[in-house]
Amino acid sequence: MTKMINLTINGIAISVEQETTVLEASKKLNIKIPTLCYHKDLCVAGNCRVCVVEQIGTKKLVPSCASPVQEGMEILTNSLVVRNSRKHIIELLLSEHNADCTKCYKNGNCELQELSSEYKITNSDFIDLVPFKQYKYDDLSPSIIKDDSKCIRCQRCVRTCSEIQHLSALSVAYKGDHMKISTFAEKPLRDVVCSNCGQCVIHCPTGALVEKNYIEEVWDALGDPNKHVIVQTAPAVRVGLGEEFGTNGKGRVTGKMVTALKRLGFDAVMDTDFTADLTIMEEGTELLTRLKKAIVDKDPTVKLPLFTSCSPGWIKFIEHSHPASLGNLSSCKSPQQMFGTLAKTYYAQNRKIDAAKIVSVSIMPCTAKKFEADRPEMRNSGYKDVDYVLTTRELAIMIKQAGIRFPDLEEEKFDKLMGESTGAAVIFGATGGVMEAALRTAYEIVTGRDVPFTNLDIKPVRGFDGIKEASILIQDPLPEWGFLNGVELKCAIAHGLGNAHQLMTQIISGKSTYHFVEFMACPGGCLGGGGQPIPTSPEIRKKRMDAIYAEDASLPIRKSHENPEIIQIYNDYLGKPLGELSHKLLHTHYYPREMI
Amino acid sequence: MAKKQLRRMDLIFANDDDYVEILQRTFKSSNEDIIDEMISSGLKGRGGAGFPTGLKWKLTAESTSKKKYVICNADEGEPGTFKDREILTQVPYKVLTGMAVCAKVTGATEGFIYLRGEYKFLVPLLEKELKRFRIICKDLGLDFKVNIFLGSGAYICGEESALMESMEGKRGEPRNKPPFPTDSGYMGKPTVINNVETLAHTFTIFKYGAEKFRDLGVQDSRGSKLFSVSGDTPNPGIYELELGMTVQDFVDDFSDGDCKAVQVGGASGFLVPRKRFNETAIGYQGKLTGISLPTGGSMMLFNSSRSMYNVLNNYLEFFQEESCGQCTPCRVGCQQLVRGIDAVKRGQKPAAYLDKLLKLTDTMKVTAKCGLGQSVANSFQSIVENFREEMIY
Repeated sequence: MTKMINLTINGIAISVEQETTVLEASKKLNIKIPTLCYHKDLCVAGNCRVCVVEQIGTKKLVPSCASPVQEGMEILTNSLVVRNSRKHIIELLLSEHNADCTKCYKNGNCELQELSSEYKITNSDFIDLVPFKQYKYDDLSPSIIKDDSKCIRCQRCVRTCSEIQHLSALSVAYKGDHMKISTFAEKPLRDVVCSNCGQCVIHCPTGALVEKNYIEEVWDALGDPNKHVIVQTAPAVRVGLGEEFGTNGKGRVTGKMVTALKRLGFDAVMDTDFTADLTIMEEGTELLTRLKKAIVDKDPTVKLPLFTSCSPGWIKFIEHSHPASLGNLSSCKSPQQMFGTLAKTYYAQNRKIDAAKIVSVSIMPCTAKKFEADRPEMRNSGYKDVDYVLTTRELAIMIKQAGIRFPDLEEEKFDKLMGESTGAAVIFGATGGVMEAALRTAYEIVTGRDVPFTNLDIKPVRGFDGIKEASILIQDPLPEWGFLNGVELKCAIAHGLGNAHQLMTQIISGKSTYHFVEFMACPGGCLGGGGQPIPTSPEIRKKRMDAIYAEDASLPIRKSHENPEIIQIYNDYLGKPLGELSHKLLHTHYYPREMI
Repeated sequence: MAKKQLRRMDLIFANDDDYVEILQRTFKSSNEDIIDEMISSGLKGRGGAGFPTGLKWKLTAESTSKKKYVICNADEGEPGTFKDREILTQVPYKVLTGMAVCAKVTGATEGFIYLRGEYKFLVPLLEKELKRFRIICKDLGLDFKVNIFLGSGAYICGEESALMESMEGKRGEPRNKPPFPTDSGYMGKPTVINNVETLAHTFTIFKYGAEKFRDLGVQDSRGSKLFSVSGDTPNPGIYELELGMTVQDFVDDFSDGDCKAVQVGGASGFLVPRKRFNETAIGYQGKLTGISLPTGGSMMLFNSSRSMYNVLNNYLEFFQEESCGQCTPCRVGCQQLVRGIDAVKRGQKPAAYLDKLLKLTDTMKVTAKCGLGQSVANSFQSIVENFREEMIY
């Protein structure tokens, strides 16, 4: 049994487990203590000092986020000295902050703004320090804008980038009044190891780190009668978007999202889920081909395990950190990019539209997708495959701007041709989902039977463990896959680049022998992506994950190869997986990058 | 008020070439006895904060961790302090004796001297001494190795937890406390961290006994202390004086005859104006009546030719630059103070703005993460309150 500690907070007695912080104990009493540098995903920093409280008997105030409870402690969270100090600290932060709130992209979703509103900082006469600073503004990255004038030095981004992502693209530089959050040698984010994952963006309490938004560009395209604007939506968007409209309890908002997109004026609203299913067909075939080469042909050049390539944050990470392993990456483009290429080829031909007139927009839970769409490799259709990538947050902004009352919308269905989805595609939005979808299809291709899990739910690959492992024994395969008889297919899954790095280290050292490994850059997979609504916390990620698996369970088709539009595209257009045309349109490769 | 006459001592720099003998004798005592002796001596940390040294050793000794460390803080960075350099030059063996005994009683197997970067010239001398000491320790059955870690010049790294962060290869930023170093210090292991001078004083205790040490000083402030005397004085230098003297006693001995104020404890200390010389004692707060000032030993004398505005501005600019920058009250507070007194001086802010700044320093004192930000209030408040007119006109 854990030891219980007795203390009082504002005179109210409470007994909590040892190691509980004063902040957590207060929360149990429904006492809110304001915080800024504190975030549930991160280690405690205790540097903003906004959460200080009075502990009777000590001269100094104590930071409630960093102070463990002690027996007999008497805490005051709203005494005069606490209020005065807290107000001072907020005033100090504002004096260093470019508080031009009405022109800020984060206006309305800023923790500093909320705090100064709560404390009514209306008459601060501290000296405005902003004119004395040489704040930098970096908008060279296609994904993320870093505006130092909005930074409050809470270091949440720094902790995110090192603790969760093991990148440290952002770190603290200089000291004293020059102390700032910086990249290596103050290079633009574009030129350093930044994976563009956007985890810093969803952890930033202010407008110092935001996505580069393409809202106006998309409005321009929608307003242009000569353009045919189509949109695709990633699986994780439908379980996050509702949060922007206060429909948290509901979880999935797929139908309303489709309606909203139609009302925004998109000429066709289709689904990235379709190309997620297509990815399974291509990647599953690639896996089986590599296995055959390795087992039957004993080809020493074949690279196993096969790594998934859906997450562009992961791709840029491996290009920087483990370039020697690039050969293990699946050559499949991500679902977003497959969709983009097909939009300007297959879709254009089918609908008899000049591909030059098509503007292809994608709605993603991700900021790295913006970078991915910009990659020079992603122009196989003859055009830029995906023209604009909007995050879940940007879509919410557009819906609000258009005056659409989202919660009251009817539910509509995706448009045909590239809008059919399966449960296998939806779970791409959760860590382990690509693996589960691939296993559902690959196992059936090889054996002619369903995967040996109740209701097709491959539970070992689900959940939030940083690194997950699973294996399936292949028995009685169909004759053409006879060489796989008795093979135990070993898989692993990592989400968050810190876990990815750990798993990669194991794989490179030869300690772990897998056949297939899924990597996702963000914690929880795409549902916890850097383009998802702010805030994102462990509880919120859990809710989104539950919604994803509920969507999977609710769909009539749950295996990628049974998607009728997938069957149709192979019959009418692509021929077969890894065929000549799919090779040209749906596959690519990647290149080593410097480690700075 | 302290009644004793100021006495000059010569304990620290006395050439005690019988130190091996002292060490051997001390090693024969039980760990408990040594700790009791340390506690009863009343020795408090000489870096300025004044934590009882014996208690620090005891807390670390009580920890069950297999790995423990002893660190000698030689990052002497407080403006106006230059005593530790001299100790390490003249009597390094006293510091090492203190570290060795500390290692014995706490169970530490490894020690470090965190040496201020600018003291690099001391490295060859210290290395030689360390080598010799390793053998002496071995002969006494103690496996204890001391290494030198060179700082890189940041003032904040003199703060014990920032110092350990920097030793671990991280940015020198103070940690949250608790946990304290005695529980979780260098590399997360229990660590004793003592100032150079504190360790040198332990030698005095081992040699002459706690009782003799206690005889020096007054009430809660026991023993002698090294003072780095600078400023408007005909006799700058390092002096060992009994604790508990009044500032008047000190000024009588060191002033150029025109002393208007003394800054006790460097930039992070207090300014004592002439009218308070008599009522202010130098020592640790506690049972001393009147005003008592703890100090790392920096004593700066200012005569009537000095502008106290310039003095304060100089300190504040120092803090503005040397703050690690992580916590809000210290990082931004220092900038506000520097620009604030400038604005008052120029007439851009009314004189009453000084009161707002005084309140700000009250906040900094109770909310800053470490001693740096907390102690900015010391010099600010004591200078602004006593020389307000110099701030305005």
